[in-house]
Amino acid sequence: MTTALEVASAVRDPELPVLTLADLGVLRDVSEEDGRVVVTITPTYSGCPAIDEMGADLRRSLVGAGYSEVEVRLSLSPAWTTDWISEEGRSKLAAAGIAPPSRIGPSVAGPVPLNLVPPSRQVACPQCGSLNTSEISRFGSTACKALRRCHACAEPFEHVKEI
Amino acid sequence: MSFDNAYESLLGGEDAHWAFGTGFSEALSGVDREFPAGVDREALAVYCLMLGDDALIFSQRLSEWCSRAPELEEDIALANIALDLLGQARMLLTRAGEVLGRDEDALAYLRDEREFRNVHLAEIDCGPGPGGDFAATIARLLVFSSWRLALFSRLRGSADPVLAAIAEKGLKELAYHRDHAAQWTVRLGDGTDESHRRMQAGLERVWPFVDELFATHAVEAALAGVAVDPASLRSEVDGVLEAVLSAAGLTRPADTRAARVAGMAGRDGVHTEAMGYLLAEMQHLHRSLPGAVW
Repeated sequence: MTTALEVASAVRDPELPVLTLADLGVLRDVSEEDGRVVVTITPTYSGCPAIDEMGADLRRSLVGAGYSEVEVRLSLSPAWTTDWISEEGRSKLAAAGIAPPSRIGPSVAGPVPLNLVPPSRQVACPQCGSLNTSEISRFGSTACKALRRCHACAEPFEHVKEI
Repeated sequence: MSFDNAYESLLGGEDAHWAFGTGFSEALSGVDREFPAGVDREALAVYCLMLGDDALIFSQRLSEWCSRAPELEEDIALANIALDLLGQARMLLTRAGEVLGRDEDALAYLRDEREFRNVHLAEIDCGPGPGGDFAATIARLLVFSSWRLALFSRLRGSADPVLAAIAEKGLKELAYHRDHAAQWTVRLGDGTDESHRRMQAGLERVWPFVDELFATHAVEAALAGVAVDPASLRSEVDGVLEAVLSAAGLTRPADTRAARVAGMAGRDGVHTEAMGYLLAEMQHLHRSLPGAVW
């Protein structure tokens, strides 16, 4: 029988199925005691409707793998950050045509800086690799993605925005 | 089993349905919810209602713009912001409900107007209906998110671990909301004569409701160490608004104050005329068909 960690790590994200929940950094902990499995996940955004699906998918996969007692716990703190998306996850996103987020580093104390112009960070086009891209909208088809366009190949693409 | 796309799960006839109400699992399932020693739980519950209702009611207002914003991207942006706030509301109402013995759905759908504790800024009608304007909605979003961001920034240090965690998570979302509103304010204020005029009018529309945001309520005063005293946020929020208005070439409206009723306002459950209409729309389905899911 595969370990509970292996089973949980293979479960895919319902909105970004190219990634596993482990790639996304949403899977925080899997512990196993006397055949009982406790899985801890964290939501990406407060209102992300996929969180219930994630829990249900984890439960189904683990029960399917022979673990009869499964508990899914939600952890809010520390809050999820795109820095938790693994290197492998970043490669998978890019291969699927979705620009991965930049690394933002630990949050700094004090007031949150105000941005009066859209951030000028360079995001490479996942189709052609050009850095000549711009943001169309920072809110995309899901809470975690912004919409951009590439001026070199003229294709629009999604970008997992930094948070 | 996992799904190749998110919508297959809707057809499976099992687990949660993505709709309102009873299909969702509880918003705080699995979170450690111990109450810190010495905290007045009744007051904490009311405080969670205040912050939760601000988010719920403003989320409802923002959702009204879906399909009616000036451009498709803005439909999606305002809906995304509404969704973040709805998520914050669900967690806060669930926390309140642990003391009050009611779940998030009962609190959202089955309370009457006088039981809602949101500030008036969240409920007033800035469109898309008659008399409203996109610029007024942006003005409200700018003020609301600047204020809530400053509030959540301090709430991270709350003695209640659940409030602190909700604040830590929500803070990042609110930073995006504030930037979005600030960039639109500059774009409109520093745009054409017409966009400038309407952005200024939008500010004038919401400004009478700013003062209430910084008025300390007895419940907040009774929760030292748990709640944030809103009066302490004023200078930080004023500084942010000043920076945005100055970049946009807009004038800070004169400080007028919307009338209170016998000294009471939203935090006491006393609301403006717009609130009843908002609740009628938000609660209608659940009240007509209790427990309905789809």
